Amino acid sequence: MKNIILASGNESCGEGAIQSGCRFYAGYPITPQNELTEYMAKRIKEVGGTFIQAESEISSINMVFGASVTGALVMTSSSSPGISLKQEGISYCAGCELPAVIVNMMRGGPGLGNIASAQGDYFQATRGGGHGDYRTITLAPSSVQEMYGLMYDAFYLAVKYRTPVIVLGDSILAQMIEPLEIKKFKSIKIDKEWILDGCKNRKPRIIRSLLLKPDELENLNLRLQGRYREIEKKEIRFEADIKNGTQTLVVSFGTVSRICKAVVEDARKKGINAGWFRPITLWPFPRSFLRKISEKVKKIVVVEMNAGQMLEDIKISVEGRCAIEFYGRMGGNIPDEKQVLRLL
Amino acid sequence: MISWFPKSMKHNVTHYCAGCGHGIITRLICEAIDELNIREKTIGIAPIGCAVLAYNYWNFDTTEAAHGRVPAVAMGIKRVLPDRIVFGCQGDGDLAAIGLAEIIHCANRGENICIFFINNAVYGMTQGQMAPTTLIGQKTATTPDGRNPEDDGYPLKISEMLALLPAVAYIERTSVHNPQNVIKTKKAIKKAFQNQIEKKGFSLVEILSTCPSCWDKTPVESALWLQNELIKTFPLGVLK
Ligand SMILES: Cc1ncc(C[n+]2csc(CCOP(=O)(O)OP(=O)(O)O)c2C)c(N)n1
Ligand code: SF4
Repeated sequence: MKNIILASGNESCGEGAIQSGCRFYAGYPITPQNELTEYMAKRIKEVGGTFIQAESEISSINMVFGASVTGALVMTSSSSPGISLKQEGISYCAGCELPAVIVNMMRGGPGLGNIASAQGDYFQATRGGGHGDYRTITLAPSSVQEMYGLMYDAFYLAVKYRTPVIVLGDSILAQMIEPLEIKKFKSIKIDKEWILDGCKNRKPRIIRSLLLKPDELENLNLRLQGRYREIEKKEIRFEADIKNGTQTLVVSFGTVSRICKAVVEDARKKGINAGWFRPITLWPFPRSFLRKISEKVKKIVVVEMNAGQMLEDIKISVEGRCAIEFYGRMGGNIPDEKQVLRLL
Repeated sequence: MISWFPKSMKHNVTHYCAGCGHGIITRLICEAIDELNIREKTIGIAPIGCAVLAYNYWNFDTTEAAHGRVPAVAMGIKRVLPDRIVFGCQGDGDLAAIGLAEIIHCANRGENICIFFINNAVYGMTQGQMAPTTLIGQKTATTPDGRNPEDDGYPLKISEMLALLPAVAYIERTSVHNPQNVIKTKKAIKKAFQNQIEKKGFSLVEILSTCPSCWDKTPVESALWLQNELIKTFPLGVLK
């Protein structure tokens, strides 16, 4: 029998983390992700893990850093302003090659903004966010069920590449309630070769990003960049519905893609040759696929809840091969279906 | 000739300036770890500041922490590995300025870790700017006319503040400006570790230390200034 419950995106995210083996969570309350912190407070203790309500986002990411050096599966979560505070720690995790999952249920910004849904942190998530040359794998679910499954991918990829991974949701996804099928995941094993647990029967280890000699630091950077190239090759994920003869392709991510899919269905009924495309990994971005498609379609319509951040990745992918139109809403406003339809 | 060398310490040329207290403290920590026989279950955390390179000398598992975040990193480690010995070093800039929230909340949670708080009343590594612990009237790179409480506030008494917290097990202020006090500091460091072994909770040893380079004094003058001036504002002794 299938184990199906009704859950919010926040709860699905928490349960996905638990089922993936997450045993350390530190967080700090911020709307719209409070239910996730609360879920972890209750649930992680049931499975013998650690929950800490930290004094700040800065502390919580650094607690996660500490727990990660021991080889635990670790996670923290927040929403936009809180993620800004975590950037220092995320950069340190990247520099120290530590696996960690960071969930951002985005809200409107900049500044304090509001608590409505937005996608304004795309640049911050996909470009590194903190200081230094690093990247974070960024996964963008669009449903409560997908949130659950992508949590496993997030932990799996964090461990596989020893890197911070960002799960990028938004207010709508965090708080909407949908049926969720609870599936069991395979367990994720951390390679114990690098962890700190006391130097019994082995040489002491150092986990650090401080490398004062330029050559040493360049070597770390080269190693990281090599890993990022490997991730770009192997870990692209996306979803698409492109029929032969598609003239217009609508590209969007996260919750916005649900609106776009509905519009495309509508348009097809009206005889318009439209298709849709949704990147699931925002970094690595599915560039080569879009490049190929851009040779076949006439136009790509990009819809986002920001001023055109993913748009830049699409322009880089398409390199002028077809026309691009952009429609974005900000401040917590949701793209209007009729407006999207008009662009097709 | 050094008659013995702690197993917990690596043979490395020091990066500390002549007459700096940091080197003494590093060695005392290593001696204490040896004597308690906990080297193979200890994890040390280096701060930002002159002790940032502590792992050049520590011969056990170590990691780093962002500026001020040693207590948060220590908590993360200790919560996952409660039977390991976890400690961190922090300077006065690290602990009393940027990391004030982390230290207060970690202490208030009674986290079973040790913090060695090296108070030299300046930011050493960035070359001598005012610290929260800089004395009134003390000249630094950013208080060229001396610290003026009207503009800069008063020296922050961290140990006194932390001693008020119910979950704190042990707070002592010591110094390394002369042999007698070095011996007392070693005892305090050992006691802090012993507390952790016995799961008593949060222990912090504040260690007054010299910074000849940023105090613009010779090592001997520095030891005397510590004894005659620094101790007046930061009296030694057990606070909790
Ligand atoms: C976020 C951040 N801000 C500033 C610095 C620069 N910085 C390095 S060391 C230091 C002061 C250290 O002083 P203290 O903690 O008193 O240690 P000391 O060097 O005196 O031992 C500062 C401000 C930094 N590394 N990171
Ligand atoms: S600057 Fe001061 S604290 Fe730093 S090593 Fe030199 S004497 Fe020591």
